[in-house]
Amino acid sequence: MSDTTLPAPRNALRAAQLKELRGFAKRFARNPLGMVGLFIVLLLLFCAAFAPWIATHDPYLPTLTARLSAPSAEYWFGADELGRDIYSRLVYGSRLTLLIVGLVIVSSAPIGLLIGVVSGTVGGWVDAVFMRITDVFLAVPKLLLALAFVAALGPGIVNAALAITLTAWPPYARLARAEALIVRNSDYVAAIRLAGGSEFRIIVFHVIPMCLSSVIVRMTFDMAGIILTAAGLGFIGLGAQPPLPEWGAMISTGRKFIFDQWWVATIPGAAIFIVSLGFNLLGDALRDLLDPHLRQRN
Amino acid sequence: MMIEIKDLSVTFGSSTAVRNASFSVAEGESFGLVGESGSGKSTILRTIMGLNWNWSGTIRVADLDPARTPRKTLARVVQMVFQDPYASLHPRYVIGHQIAEPMVINAIPNVQRRTAELLDLIGLPADFQFRYPHELSGGQRQRVAIARALALSPRVLLLDEPTSALDVSIQAEILNLLNRLRRELNLTFVLVSHDLAVISYMCERLMVMRNAAPVETLTREQLRAGDVADGYSRQLLAAS
Repeated sequence: MSDTTLPAPRNALRAAQLKELRGFAKRFARNPLGMVGLFIVLLLLFCAAFAPWIATHDPYLPTLTARLSAPSAEYWFGADELGRDIYSRLVYGSRLTLLIVGLVIVSSAPIGLLIGVVSGTVGGWVDAVFMRITDVFLAVPKLLLALAFVAALGPGIVNAALAITLTAWPPYARLARAEALIVRNSDYVAAIRLAGGSEFRIIVFHVIPMCLSSVIVRMTFDMAGIILTAAGLGFIGLGAQPPLPEWGAMISTGRKFIFDQWWVATIPGAAIFIVSLGFNLLGDALRDLLDPHLRQRN
Repeated sequence: MMIEIKDLSVTFGSSTAVRNASFSVAEGESFGLVGESGSGKSTILRTIMGLNWNWSGTIRVADLDPARTPRKTLARVVQMVFQDPYASLHPRYVIGHQIAEPMVINAIPNVQRRTAELLDLIGLPADFQFRYPHELSGGQRQRVAIARALALSPRVLLLDEPTSALDVSIQAEILNLLNRLRRELNLTFVLVSHDLAVISYMCERLMVMRNAAPVETLTREQLRAGDVADGYSRQLLAAS
């Protein structure tokens, strides 16, 4: 946090912060569904980080003799139309999924947060201008704008992420503004104002920390949506391009064999489902702990 | 005079929150504003601090016009303690940080030592600076809020119902603390309360307000002797 500006003894302060964190972890651990969500998300992170060690085959190497083979000891989840191991492609695909989610979150949440907080704290015409811009972006159909954007810039993972960002930030701006409107009139902000604190200090050190919890909750929920949108773009061929093992693209190629070799499309579909569910469960648990409207005053 | 208010009127949109209030407070004096909720007492304090914009009349605090004085200059002359100690501390920062922040903003040296001194002054142990507000009781929080208000060594403290959110036994502690601080630091107080007993304990003079307008100004002796001219004040006195 901003503690670099204040000369409090580091260790005692860190101990106090650690204690807060431990209390939070303890309360989080009481929610079993939240723990399931956390486990799924951690599993995803683990797969992405250690993909080369977890995977059993090369995700790009075709083995034409094993074309469309059923799940077996050799191919745990079967093989696709080029004889590539679906399990290994899933594992490597988690990297692409995380990459897209990461890119979108890292770009959209800070933009939305900043616009919302400035808008809510400063008010007046700044608020009016920022919020009308937000309204315009909110009015555009999400997938349609992403489609148009990708069509214009060409398909690819980064372009897909950019396209999703374009429509993902306005909800953050709305959320942060609503929080900022409450916080800016609070007594603790008034106290900083009375001490001569600048608007910059108020926004960065006092309003933003109070908006962060809602934004983090929203972010977790959004990750599920982003995975689905990215998979959708991959499915219609505007996201990751072959031979990248993106889950949506994998479903798309498996579509042709869905009646005879169901596993080619179903397994990546199940992966998308489980990961989205994981993020949703995690988000739900975080909201129970962090949402200022659910949390009682302490 | 430390504080001089003349014909102060404050409006919020079409409604008038304060109408033609005038009073003055001498240096070292404790002045009370009393009245039921919605009578405009807190609004007067917030207007003196420059938290309201739509006002007319004159305000002078130590010969400064709050509307024309740079915020940091004013901050070292007058500070305010808010009513609800549960809402006046930032929930995400340890209290040492919150007491120190006004000093950091105003580039005061030896912040750390002064934070410890302030904690000592308000009667909390020094290791409390590493606690979060939710680890403190209401009375302790209000002490912290007082320490934060004193961080810039102001000459005037505006107290907006400083004890109304606390239970009775803690109220007395906080009031005694305030009285001690006023003596030791030679502070001037303006205290807002709906409780005549608190006002009579704390203030040498007081102004009764009703429906946004001042009713009358009394001394503590008049109050205690029941020497009250206005009917509303008498009603208030009888009720307490």
